[in-house]
Amino acid sequence: MSAALVGRGLVVRYGGTTVLDGVDVDVRHGEVLALVGPNGAGKSTLLAVLAGDLEPTDGKVEVLGRPLTDWRLKELARARAVLTQDNHVSFPFPAVDVVRMGRAPWRGLDEEDLDDEAVAEAMRLTDTARLADRPFAQLSGGERGRTSLARVLAQRTGILLLDEPTAALDLGHQETVLGRARTEADAGAAVVVVLHDLSLAAAWSDRVLLLERGRVAGEGAPAEVLRGPLLSRVYDTPVEVLPHPTTGDLLVLADRRSTR
Amino acid sequence: MTATASAPDGLGTRPAPAPVAVGPGRRTRTVTLLVALVAGLVVASFAAAGSGQLPIPFDQVLGSFLHGIGIDLGPMPTHPRGDDTLWQVRFPRVAMGIVVGGALAVAGALMQGVFGNPLAEPSVVGVSSGAAVAAATAIVFSLTFAGDWTVAACAFLGGLVTTLVVYALSRSDGRTEVVTLVLTGIAVNAVAAALLAMLMFLGDTQAREQIVFWQLGSLNGSRWQYVAVVAPLAAVGVVAAMACARSLDLLALGERSARHLGVHVERLRVLLIVVVALLTAAAVSFCGIVAFVGLVVPHLVRMVTGPGHRTLIPASLLAGALVLVVADTGARTLVAYADLPLGMLTSLVGGPFFFWLLRRTRRTSGGWA
Repeated sequence: MSAALVGRGLVVRYGGTTVLDGVDVDVRHGEVLALVGPNGAGKSTLLAVLAGDLEPTDGKVEVLGRPLTDWRLKELARARAVLTQDNHVSFPFPAVDVVRMGRAPWRGLDEEDLDDEAVAEAMRLTDTARLADRPFAQLSGGERGRTSLARVLAQRTGILLLDEPTAALDLGHQETVLGRARTEADAGAAVVVVLHDLSLAAAWSDRVLLLERGRVAGEGAPAEVLRGPLLSRVYDTPVEVLPHPTTGDLLVLADRRSTR
Repeated sequence: MTATASAPDGLGTRPAPAPVAVGPGRRTRTVTLLVALVAGLVVASFAAAGSGQLPIPFDQVLGSFLHGIGIDLGPMPTHPRGDDTLWQVRFPRVAMGIVVGGALAVAGALMQGVFGNPLAEPSVVGVSSGAAVAAATAIVFSLTFAGDWTVAACAFLGGLVTTLVVYALSRSDGRTEVVTLVLTGIAVNAVAAALLAMLMFLGDTQAREQIVFWQLGSLNGSRWQYVAVVAPLAAVGVVAAMACARSLDLLALGERSARHLGVHVERLRVLLIVVVALLTAAAVSFCGIVAFVGLVVPHLVRMVTGPGHRTLIPASLLAGALVLVVADTGARTLVAYADLPLGMLTSLVGGPFFFWLLRRTRRTSGGWA
């Protein structure tokens, strides 16, 4: 599999604080990469650097083999879509209009003909079709998150960067959303997902990148990275990892035996 | 993979998508609104031209207008001075009202889009007073570097500088919170008021009168020459605004998301700020401060058409023109033999409206953010 997104030696400093400290990352077509780590480990910062929102103090990012800085914004918008954590819409746009905004990069191209289809499909996949006419601001947190995800899916890009797409989602929608990320990857997309729930990361990703204070603490298949001792150290709290009795899925839990 | 009820197996197939679109209701409403606004504007304009100390019946106003543009149709005014009154006083005034109202409403809609805040408006944040200070400077010091355009040029520069200052002071994380915006407006308006006071102190009686006239805002004394200066400025601004309409929609998603969709956010913002300054300057350069049109009009339009800028901008243009033509007719006729200041009238209505909007924004967003 070829690398869709490559970051090399990424360093981000704000004043004296080093938020990212020499991170290397590869995201290949056809895989889901989960970015995990405790609060303030630099997950969102890394995603912002990969998205081109933040100029790294040092290091370089390549998208589809070309330096990120060489891309025109419009082109880039047709190659990768980003779901941010903060989903605020300033005016009372109905949900369907918000999703349709995801089609903006394709305006004036042949793909514009697919607008209606892409919007409808994205809304169906995220279970937001019935919210279509409601103003975005009136939706609940989870509904907003799903509508924003629909916008990102409607963009139909080969690279997806998703910052906590499961935040504020109920169990069922968490599964649908990550299932969707999985399906996109299986169809050839390169997907980066920032996740807090390590069991979800274990279940849905091909590889996990564990960040600890701006550095990579572990990288590889979920079973290699999500190990009790490593997680206990990085998260500074006892963590145990168990296989599910029947499916063998990894379950990552806080180990509360010592505190009770 | 975990086996769950959400059935990811259905996700890979792509059946014919169900049509998802905002019901035809909104489009119909938008078209109805635009047609009604055009009709209303035409009727109001001729009615406005016919009313005043020398009343001229509607059909005669229409006849005079048609003859004036080369169509020999309809009756001419029966009053001996009717035709002259219309063409030298009334028509330029109505035309100015249309241009100024449209420019202010579009400026308001743009500013709200740029700030991501429905309360942004040139007079609220002090852009109008900034333009007024610069224009008053031109008046007091009798600047004539650009001929007929001098006052307008100064107003443009003053408006531009003020908009940039407000923009720099009031934004954080790509958004402007209501409190910051309103407080910035207070500060900017205070400084502008002080500078205006100083200019009035420095100026002679005639300059002082001109400045007072400016602050009150009025279409009195509009002449074709002024319309010829203001209209092209406004036209350029409106065309630029329309060109940016789609990007403005995306800006509602916030700075980052708009960028992710291919919008050069900073470039767009700077361009739009220049356009806002241009439109505001066009509006205030000869008529003074007419406040709140840019706040009230886009808000009401949004309630009908929704917030999409491709309909919001043209509808605001028409509605702003209509509102100002009607308001100016009121200013001329409410009190016999008196020409009330137009800016006073719009503020009288707009001020309470602003307050209501502020309360409502506070309630819906759960705080002053």
